Amino acid sequence: MTERTLSVEDYPLAEKRPEIVVGCRGKRLADLTLENVMSGAVTLDDLTITQRALNQQAEIANAASRPTLAANFMRAGEIVDVPQDVIMQTYELLRPGRARTKAELLAAADDLRDRYGATRMAAFIAEAADVYERRGLFKKRY
Amino acid sequence: MADAPRPPANRWKRFSDWDERPLRLDQFAAEDPDNGFAAFKSPHDPQASLSWVNGRASIMDGTQAADFDMIDEFIARYHLDESIADEAMAMSSLTLARMLVDMNVPRAQLVRLAHGLTPAKLADVVSHLSSLELAFAYSKMRARRTPGNQAHVTNAKDDPLQLAADAATAVGFGFDEIETTTRVARNAWSNALACAVGASVGRWGTLFQCSSEEAEELRIGMAGFTSYAETVSVYGTEQSFVDGDDTPWSKAFLAAAYASRGIKMRCTSGAGSELLMGFHERKSLLYLEARCLCLQRAMGVQGTQNGGIDGAPVTCTVPGGMRELMAENLIAVWLDLECASGNDARPTESEIRVGAKILPYLIAGSDLICSGFGSILKYDNSFNASLLNGEELEDYLVLQRDFEADGGLSPMDESMALTVRARAVDALSAVLDDLGLGAPTGDMKASVIAASGSDDTRSYLPRDAALMSEAIQAKSITVVDVIKALARRGFEAEAHNLLNLVRLRVSGDYLQTSAVIRGGRVISAINDANDYSGPGSGYRLSGDRRDQIIAIRDVLTRDNVLRAEGMLRGGEVRRISYRTMGPARQSEDRSEVVIGISPAFGIELFQTIAGHPLSAVTKALSDGLTEGGATARFVRMRHTADTSFLGLSAARLSGSGIGIGLQAKGTAVIHQKDRLPHNNLELFSNAPITSLDHYRLMGRNAAAFTRGELPAPIVVPTRGEALGARFHARVSLIYAIETSLIEDGASPHDVEIAWIGPKQ
Repeated sequence: MTERTLSVEDYPLAEKRPEIVVGCRGKRLADLTLENVMSGAVTLDDLTITQRALNQQAEIANAASRPTLAANFMRAGEIVDVPQDVIMQTYELLRPGRARTKAELLAAADDLRDRYGATRMAAFIAEAADVYERRGLFKKRY
Repeated sequence: MADAPRPPANRWKRFSDWDERPLRLDQFAAEDPDNGFAAFKSPHDPQASLSWVNGRASIMDGTQAADFDMIDEFIARYHLDESIADEAMAMSSLTLARMLVDMNVPRAQLVRLAHGLTPAKLADVVSHLSSLELAFAYSKMRARRTPGNQAHVTNAKDDPLQLAADAATAVGFGFDEIETTTRVARNAWSNALACAVGASVGRWGTLFQCSSEEAEELRIGMAGFTSYAETVSVYGTEQSFVDGDDTPWSKAFLAAAYASRGIKMRCTSGAGSELLMGFHERKSLLYLEARCLCLQRAMGVQGTQNGGIDGAPVTCTVPGGMRELMAENLIAVWLDLECASGNDARPTESEIRVGAKILPYLIAGSDLICSGFGSILKYDNSFNASLLNGEELEDYLVLQRDFEADGGLSPMDESMALTVRARAVDALSAVLDDLGLGAPTGDMKASVIAASGSDDTRSYLPRDAALMSEAIQAKSITVVDVIKALARRGFEAEAHNLLNLVRLRVSGDYLQTSAVIRGGRVISAINDANDYSGPGSGYRLSGDRRDQIIAIRDVLTRDNVLRAEGMLRGGEVRRISYRTMGPARQSEDRSEVVIGISPAFGIELFQTIAGHPLSAVTKALSDGLTEGGATARFVRMRHTADTSFLGLSAARLSGSGIGIGLQAKGTAVIHQKDRLPHNNLELFSNAPITSLDHYRLMGRNAAAFTRGELPAPIVVPTRGEALGARFHARVSLIYAIETSLIEDGASPHDVEIAWIGPKQ
């Protein structure tokens, strides 16, 4: 059975649909109490967003006629599990002149797709590589 | 000897006066499109156009796809919706402009059309609107119904204790978001921790950001200290973008990165940034900004910090600059973006321009009216002074009350301010101690709690903050450690509040457009959508909210005015006695002047508005009459409290035909029995600035009139004080006490006054 697509009526999820809000280690909102924080049962890892939550918010954004916001949530969902240093390296590589060749950017895109399943984000970065090439951004800046 | 001829003046002195006004510190620039100084229109702006080939834009605003720069490319790919574009682009700009101000055209219909409009078209449409229409359209088009506001919380020393106290204070005033930054870049972590703790005092839900270097800002967010980011800047020309060290793709990647960490994010753009960065391509400010805004919608960010921002001061040097800032904000909300609408970097030294700048936003409402409001003093603002600052915060509270407009803030009384500041300082001190980050002394804490600004504190200095920041990173302290420390040290309420804020990340509800937290609930453009469709719809002040807004401090009531008068009674009883002698008759004594006093004079009211005891005023008048060779007879009028009629009635009883009317509040008039009521001989209408000497001289002049002389009138000099603003509320309440004692047809009574000297 597939879940029905969420609508604006389901928003805010924490209020209207708490049963479908689940942390990355399986904890529900009701488990995220001060008591459980003090005992160590809840850690910072339990207080992070999940790909599922971002996809749910994307459904709601689409239902609210905000397709570009939804697309951003979908891209974001793909990189939830990408470690911080990889995020920062990829961001750095996307800045002007950091990648000296198109191939460098394409390799970063492949890496995100192959290791993290981030297909949308990979395509997005590959598209950037094309545009950077046409606009002459693969050049030394400092 | 004749006067030597004077050289003709080379200047009207008024210009010298104007030279001294703060306004003249502002610079104004000539309109000059070739050099980027044009607000709405440059001859180099493209004509709006859009064509499609095989589902892709082939020409946009006059540029062929092959020549698209990165910004064009991104907008064409992600912003423009081919299924709407033909319909939308075919509409005339004037038609669209009229729809923006038509309350019968729903917001959603206009938002849909915007998905098919190019930057040049959007700019052209809003150019048709006057400032009033821009404000009205903004009010109709903004995404969330309930208005809000954002505060800057920083200080010149990066002192964590003061940051905590000021963050708690900002929460107390009702700000929805708090933004901090540092004087010294290394201090970002201690700033973040301190503000996070301070913002947890009182209630939960104030979103918090720490503006710093991009990578570090994201790391601080991941440690849980911050809940939103907004300093992700975009620019309207490719070269500015590249000099800003980014591209539309790198910024869009960053936008996704923030969302992937559950952190709310908006971009920043504003007129004038390309001008400041030297790559304006001779385009108008508005056209470049329309590009920035289309780009932001294309990137999929939920909102924008927009309206000049750092470029607001240069924008305001150009003709129409302030109107342009309103126009770009309108494009932002038309594109369905949350708008933190500038009113940020102070664009002028003129307080009149400040007030004029904020008013349209205050009455139209905005997701975040300021981005932000300097809740601290100007010199403590590490972003530079804001349009409005700690100095002027009460002025803003009063503007809300004047216009019955919700500017997002609420007055806070003095004891509450002190309470939340102390609580924040204690909470942070406990956390610092618990986590081995510091042990503030009692003196440090006390100095911060009372401090208006960092000049008043004896607390941490920038180097201390740097060491603390290093320690936070070295110990890998996260928000969870802070929550635990708060709870361990007895700050359970604050621990809960902070946990609630971090918990928002799990569902991501607050990532949707225009989300803020009110009363422990996420409200956004989805569940609090702006539904304006004319009077009676959209955001309206509730009765409760109105009660909050009007509750400013030190408000006069009839009771507290009467109580204040009552406190003077005892003093006056020791200085003067009034003995009622019975009905007053007309006298034959040609040397007398009758002084007609008002009904409540010396009975309910005991001093003038200037603060002179009535015993002293009556004595001064009497002395003046004696010096001038006349005598005083006091008569209490009971049929009128009006100065003119007091004076005229007195004159008609007076053997000389000259009378003085004297109200308890100090207004005095010399009258003559044959004149019309309001055509007096001399009048002291400005009681608040009338001195005892003036009353004495009035007595002398009245004496001169009894001898048929024409003395030089006594002029009470005014320096243009807004006396009505200062005194009229009290005057009205006092005067009502006088009129309440009036009896129709009651006859005047002679009153024998005796002044009682100081006891030996």
